[in-house]
Amino acid sequence: MTASRRAPRLSLGPLTYYWPRERVMAFYEQALSWPVDIVYLGETVCSRRHELRLADWIALAERFEAAGKEAVLSTCELIESDADLRLMRSVVGNGRFRVEANDMGAVRLLSERSLPFVAGPFLNVYNTQALEILAEAGAVRWLPPVDLPAAGVREIVRNAPAGIDTEIFAYGRLPLAVSARCFTARYHNLTKDHCDYRCLDDPDGMALRTQDGEPFLVLNGVQTQSGRVMSLLPWLGDCIALGAGVLRLSPRAAQMGPVMEAFARAARGEAEVHLPEGHDPTCDGYWHGRAGMDLVAAQAP
Amino acid sequence: MRLVCPAGTPPSLKAAVDCGADDVYLGFKGETNARNFAGLNFDDASIRNGIGYAHDHGAKVLVALNTFPQPGTWPRWQEAVDRAAALGADAIIVADTGLMRYAARTHPGLRIHLSVQGSATSHEAINFYHEHFGVARAVLPRVLSIEQVEKVLERAQVEVEVFGFGSLSIMVEGRCVLSSYATGESPNTHGGCSPAKAVRWLEKDGTLESRLGGVLIDRFGAGENPGYPTLCRGRFVVNDDVYYAFEEPTSLNTLELLPKFHAMGVAAVKIEGRQRSPRYVETVTRVWREAIDECTSQPQRYRVRPAWQEALAGISEGRQCTLGAYHRPWK
Repeated sequence: MTASRRAPRLSLGPLTYYWPRERVMAFYEQALSWPVDIVYLGETVCSRRHELRLADWIALAERFEAAGKEAVLSTCELIESDADLRLMRSVVGNGRFRVEANDMGAVRLLSERSLPFVAGPFLNVYNTQALEILAEAGAVRWLPPVDLPAAGVREIVRNAPAGIDTEIFAYGRLPLAVSARCFTARYHNLTKDHCDYRCLDDPDGMALRTQDGEPFLVLNGVQTQSGRVMSLLPWLGDCIALGAGVLRLSPRAAQMGPVMEAFARAARGEAEVHLPEGHDPTCDGYWHGRAGMDLVAAQAP
Repeated sequence: MRLVCPAGTPPSLKAAVDCGADDVYLGFKGETNARNFAGLNFDDASIRNGIGYAHDHGAKVLVALNTFPQPGTWPRWQEAVDRAAALGADAIIVADTGLMRYAARTHPGLRIHLSVQGSATSHEAINFYHEHFGVARAVLPRVLSIEQVEKVLERAQVEVEVFGFGSLSIMVEGRCVLSSYATGESPNTHGGCSPAKAVRWLEKDGTLESRLGGVLIDRFGAGENPGYPTLCRGRFVVNDDVYYAFEEPTSLNTLELLPKFHAMGVAAVKIEGRQRSPRYVETVTRVWREAIDECTSQPQRYRVRPAWQEALAGISEGRQCTLGAYHRPWK
């Protein structure tokens, strides 16, 4: 039992969208002044994206480290080609920064090198036994899958191996699925290999609605995200009580600074903290063991 | 190259064995496997009989335990591993690492296959499972191109099984929770995608609507064939375009790739469809048995026979077939 009741640290998850280089740089320039403790960097969705190369991500990591923050390099969530494998090896072997493993292949490489790592949300740790295996392989922090309810997270944390910290995906569009197929390219009648990098057009992904006009999902290249923005802001007390050491906020194109501020205040124990005015609709169903798109919290933003 | 066929019920198992399956895979009733549907799957007695029947005819039985137990439900999965071992299963098909370790330690003689739900798409991931749990065979997610499958085969330390025919999964298996986003249940946690109890059909002004968890998945006009509202097979709207945003209703059919699979050293070809009828299992098994036999005895002379394609088209979803991700432009 490693749960502590001190304020959890805040992390900024990897950027899931494809933005022009200047926009990425401007975003992280701002993030340097946000109340964030840990920053995850790197391309996790599609290895074809190249506005920033690994060297650029490492340069950013150095800046965050110099600013007193923990910088972590994240590996891609789907490994298909030799190029994907090479990039994964380069991230693992960067020689300086901690790595978030988003695939069991990355776990193997990190474990072979006896490097401590963060076990990302795509490793499907649904039970304590699975967490023990990753802890033995070198995981020092882990994220539950986004669909694991609070009750399950609580039980796993209660029985977790000593010394492993728990990070909870607390804000952002949920990464619901990943495919070999690029749905952004498909929309534009292009193939993935000749996609013209059209996802550069959609800084917050491409909204998918139902035929009766309800926003439902967001297409982000090979990734499919939730249409609603998942927010555990009303449930931070639960997160802290069950022993979460870190709360992850997943980058979005708008309002990230004010959102980060709101989480920082709530994490310090302030009451009645709300998401900024004009925020998109939220959901929190998974946390309560319900459909992910459900909203249990009474306070709509 | 072994032919691995699905059995959702005892008649399907018998059909698969009779028509020449080398391996038959099935699951217990309940959430311990990824085809947890009403009226499907096996109790202990029917598995025992099924294993007896298969062994008498030279076939093996693989038990799928390929969903992810959670703290409150762990004992049920652990007990399912014990039952599979006690009943004489030839292998279990597992996705969860915790369960793999339990099986490897408690039943060291029981073969473990890495389920497609384990999402292992590279030799690095596959070898992790081999080194830690002695996994003997890995089932590849339906996301790799044929060239990428070949690379995995060259470097993986275990047998590799690929999908040959059946429903086409668009998303990486084990990495998709779209279904639970709308309904609260998905394959990882509940063993089912787009569960029937969350489906509603509504007729309005001559249009038939299918809903899943209240979400409109598709609308069908007169003359359209209404398909089951599997979430990723719906027609949605992006900007002003109404279209199949993820995939049309099609089936995977790789008969023409068989010689390549054979030359590359694929150990087993899997037929999807435990939720399908005994007639489906019989038809697919018969066609694929013939095809594999022809391909392995005379690979140079192998040709896909029109009669095979016709037989398969008659039972395919949407009556259309695709090579899926094996053929790069699909992506």
